[in-house]
Amino acid sequence: MLLNIKNLHASINGKEILKGVNLEVNKGEVHAIMGPNGTGKSTLASVIAGREVFDITEGEVLYKGKNLLDLPVEARASEGIFLGFQYPVEIPGVSMTNFMRTAVNEQRKYHGLDPLPSGEFLRMMEEKKQMVEITAKLNNRSVNEGFSGGEKKKNEIFQMAMLNPTLSILDETDSGLDIDALRIVANGVNKLRGPENATVVITHYQRLLDYIVPDFVHVLYEGRIVKSGGKELALELESKGYEWIKDSL
Amino acid sequence: MEKEKNHILKEVTNSEYKWGFVTDIEMDTATVGLTEDTVRFISAKKNEPEFLLEYRLKAYKKWLEMEQPQWAHLKIPIINYQDIIYYAAPKKKKELSSLDEVDPALLETFKKLGISLDEQKKLSGVAVDAVIDSVSVKTTFTETLSKQGIIFCSFSDAVQNHPDLVKQYMGSVVPYGDNYFAALNSAVFSDGSFCYIPKGVRCPVELSTYFRINAANTGQFERTLIIADEGAYVSYMEGCTAPQRDENQLHAAIVEIVAMKDAEVKYSTVQNWYPGDKNGLGGIFNFVTKRGICKGSNSKISWTQVETGSAITWKYPSCILLGDHSVGEFYSVAITNNHQQADTGSKMIHLGKNTKSTIISKGISAGFSNNSYRGLVKIAKNATNSRNYSQCDSLLMGDKCGAHTWPYIKAENSSSIIEHEATTSKISEDQLFYCQQRGISTESAIGLIVNGYAKEVLNKLPMEFAVEAQKLLSISLEGSVG
Repeated sequence: MLLNIKNLHASINGKEILKGVNLEVNKGEVHAIMGPNGTGKSTLASVIAGREVFDITEGEVLYKGKNLLDLPVEARASEGIFLGFQYPVEIPGVSMTNFMRTAVNEQRKYHGLDPLPSGEFLRMMEEKKQMVEITAKLNNRSVNEGFSGGEKKKNEIFQMAMLNPTLSILDETDSGLDIDALRIVANGVNKLRGPENATVVITHYQRLLDYIVPDFVHVLYEGRIVKSGGKELALELESKGYEWIKDSL
Repeated sequence: MEKEKNHILKEVTNSEYKWGFVTDIEMDTATVGLTEDTVRFISAKKNEPEFLLEYRLKAYKKWLEMEQPQWAHLKIPIINYQDIIYYAAPKKKKELSSLDEVDPALLETFKKLGISLDEQKKLSGVAVDAVIDSVSVKTTFTETLSKQGIIFCSFSDAVQNHPDLVKQYMGSVVPYGDNYFAALNSAVFSDGSFCYIPKGVRCPVELSTYFRINAANTGQFERTLIIADEGAYVSYMEGCTAPQRDENQLHAAIVEIVAMKDAEVKYSTVQNWYPGDKNGLGGIFNFVTKRGICKGSNSKISWTQVETGSAITWKYPSCILLGDHSVGEFYSVAITNNHQQADTGSKMIHLGKNTKSTIISKGISAGFSNNSYRGLVKIAKNATNSRNYSQCDSLLMGDKCGAHTWPYIKAENSSSIIEHEATTSKISEDQLFYCQQRGISTESAIGLIVNGYAKEVLNKLPMEFAVEAQKLLSISLEGSVG
């Protein structure tokens, strides 16, 4: 099992957000986590990635059989956890090339590898750019600065392609995307899908799941996963709405 | 006791006089303290012409009447000027004609500092005038440069070989009575660099000087004079590193730049003096007066500085824009960490018509440090249609440090435009987390973010310096978070 979350409780400033989440993810699987706003979807993503503002009050998270909660953020990343941000952060003055080179090489260093030679690195950037259909010049632009909403999301998938993660968590990657951008982003994710990695897609619309077809769908409600099923659960949710979940509880 | 000391001092110096300071120099360090005799000692030691001794003595007398300035936002420990040795030179046995003749120990020191005076340096196109403990040891490239009429040598050599130029320009931009530290420097300056670019000549290489403090308790009083004649161009780089010291060391340099009609001078500094330890013990006191004058029309002086070192920095590279249509620029990144203090900025004095100045200052404070920008933009009555643009940004790391901005603006005509922008920001948790989530360690992330923040200024540095400066920014902030 790649990821095993058991009875996870997390809070921020004393307010409990996650109230006993259980989730199992195996290699080769795509999971969708759905749910209305404010139910803890993004918190779950942040906690897995290691954001420090959250206090873990109970439960455990095993990743590749090891206690994930012991690892600092950057080690989790190097171990193959990637978070696609809902709101990608701007870093003025830092070029995408420099940013990605630092990230790639620091991850290589973590695994005891030498830095990637510049030529090879730049070739890789070109290749991955094409994968996510980024046509504009990217290399010398500052990280996310002046990017449109769609560009920012494409840039997340581009980084995911560059870093080749084992577990990708995409936090509302579809928000703010028009249908073309949505298709491009989803295509990128699908191309990166493989038997050795897994993806957790967080969304509250079924729309994205037309493009990224999940193996499992979970409904997160008030800090707990209250319902799990196959891809048809997403369609059911779409037609019946979240009220249906509320009522059935 | 004091009386006895003075007596001995007098006796020693007087007896030295009798021997006239000829070749067999045994005493290569001035006695501790500063008196008129010290000034005479230094001047005699350097075999200076009369005018220079007089200049020094005037400066010394002026200094005696002055008081150390207190207006800066700095806590300066009491400096006992009588506890300082004002002159120290490596033992010089004979004139050096090649590197082989340089003391291997000195060469080793240069190597540690990453200064190579060898072929590599020549190939990379950098002429180096290295100052170690006050005396120039080696000057390369002089010959190549002299073919174009460019003079690039130690200040002492210039005094010996080009006394007229020295006499004409020294003190013309920073008069000896300009301020307390300038007066001190003018009285006791040891050595430094001199550069003259003749009319219409574009200096083909970046000129660079590395300064270094070596002997303990030796104040360093460098003096640099750069003159770009009509239509000349020169890019000058100065870099500093200093080894760890427990006791505070005083550094009071003067840099003067003169740009004639249509001339351009770019002056870049990477300053990395020992900043003291984590608890604020030790470190260099850096009180520098840097000023340039755009004397002729269409002339341009541009200062770029990356300040990461020193326990205390007091420094305001300035431009006097005298010629019509002349341009002054100041680009600065100043980092303070631990207990460092910096009060730095620029002065742009617009006197000529249609003059233009730009100030871009990026302060970064971490630890318990204090970082202040202090600047003056003055537009005189006759400097019509002049422009200034100032941007002062401060970046804070942690909640124990301070950033301050004191911009002074004086405009005496109504046809000029002055713009001032200032921001204060913190490295955001979001930026850090974003980097870390990509596998980048906290320290590298800070390095990236800070270099991005300072990019506008770093881009102004010559390539070789820019790389060095980027590394320095990251190193300077090591351990400042977490």
